[in-house]
Amino acid sequence: MAENRYLLNAQLAQMLKGGVIMDVVNVEQAQIAQEAGAVAVMALERVPADIRQQGGVARMSDPGLIKAIKAAVTIPVMAKARIGHFVEAQILQALRIDYIDESEVLTPADEECHIDKTRFEIPFVCGARNLGEALRRIAEGAAMIRTKGEAGTGNVVEAVRHMRTMNREIRQLAALPAEEIISFAKVNGIPYELALEVKKLGRLPVVNFAAGGIATPADAALMMQLGCDGVFVGSGIFKSSDPARRARAIVKATAYFNDPEQLLEVSMDLGEPMAGLDVATMASEQRLAGRGW
Amino acid sequence: MDAVAGLGGIGVLDLQGGVQEHLDHLRRVGVAARPVKRAADLEGLAGLIIPGGESTCLSRLLNIFGLDAAIRQAYDQGLKLWGTCAGAILLARENVGETPFLGLIDIAVSRNAFGSQLDSFNREALAPAVAREPIPLTFIRAPKIMRAGEGVRVLLRLDDYIAAAEDDRILVTVFHPELTPSLAFHRYFARKCGLSVAGDDAGLDPDWTPLSWTRFSPRV
Repeated sequence: MAENRYLLNAQLAQMLKGGVIMDVVNVEQAQIAQEAGAVAVMALERVPADIRQQGGVARMSDPGLIKAIKAAVTIPVMAKARIGHFVEAQILQALRIDYIDESEVLTPADEECHIDKTRFEIPFVCGARNLGEALRRIAEGAAMIRTKGEAGTGNVVEAVRHMRTMNREIRQLAALPAEEIISFAKVNGIPYELALEVKKLGRLPVVNFAAGGIATPADAALMMQLGCDGVFVGSGIFKSSDPARRARAIVKATAYFNDPEQLLEVSMDLGEPMAGLDVATMASEQRLAGRGW
Repeated sequence: MDAVAGLGGIGVLDLQGGVQEHLDHLRRVGVAARPVKRAADLEGLAGLIIPGGESTCLSRLLNIFGLDAAIRQAYDQGLKLWGTCAGAILLARENVGETPFLGLIDIAVSRNAFGSQLDSFNREALAPAVAREPIPLTFIRAPKIMRAGEGVRVLLRLDDYIAAAEDDRILVTVFHPELTPSLAFHRYFARKCGLSVAGDDAGLDPDWTPLSWTRFSPRV
């Protein structure tokens, strides 16, 4: 990938800042999402809550479905490829969507290697639980990062954990004397050059969204107040009782994340949120965030 | 940001999109700048930038919080406007195949006219009214201006479309000067707002980097 192509891809993510990216499984949902003010849609066959329930191997969605969604909206369209499945990514690039999510929500195709994203022209977003994981993905060519959270649970606790972990590690790095940076980088599996960059900036060098378990306007605003640049909502919208209304409320809450009066206003009368899962009592093999490294 | 930028500053609509990038550029040209989130934030501003982002998202938020009416009212009282990319779509009187939103400048725009993200691109061009030297231009899922009506001056025409235009009170660009080291369009808009600006139109800001925006991004 040429340097200017990578920059253009990181800059598209910059244009999404302050916005909400919504999972949609058909054309009708994509139109509801766009109408509600989503900045992009994630086109997929099943939302994470259903993937969780139905089990089996979760793969890239049928490109025909993604194509139909792409034709139905004007906002950017993203789609998921399995971790390490560079051929799914090649297919999605050939489909000319706007962003690929190399996602732990799908069953990984490679337990050692993620996709070498520098070989692609199309941008990638990748999940991360901590600073080292985020910077390894950036080193592989990701132009945008999101927390992994725990997708399909409607439970924000893991997204909070991942964001707080990243914030803490960035603060630690920023406070280190120069001679300790390389050992911090070694211990945390961080490429050294990127460690220097983060120390200088005091934040990730790409846009960082929250994802995994966001189900209410308050959840979205919580992640924004923790320093995210925007949010992904997966199952939280179309698994709730009134998706259009909830989608609009989450868009508003993300824009006015620092304004409790507005948050109060948008949180009222939304109907039932998606049913949630307690992550703490979940068996470790049920957890998606442990996929990838 | 300054709590009060004082009379004559420039605001950046802060609902979604490239807000920090514009604030950074405005600071570089020595203009008082502040984010605009509520109608009251428009008070005393000489100009307002509607940044790039997603135009449907911006239009919903402007409408829900009544900011569209507040912007129209401030415009009627002399506020100058600049729309970049999505902002240009929102300001256009005609939006091919769709309903226009603010409709304040007589241009026709066509959304996503280049295609998907894979068709986003950089190029350079000379806009003689704005700067003496060619300016680097960044187009991200950009619209095209297909037509400029009476009273609208074309500042930059490329291939089969118009990339920048203005009337007496509004500037529109389908590209993103805030994503490049060029400050020429920010100086141009500041002068259009009647503000004095630092520096010269020639050349690029040597201190700018693609990560300069992060200095205005949230910190925890």
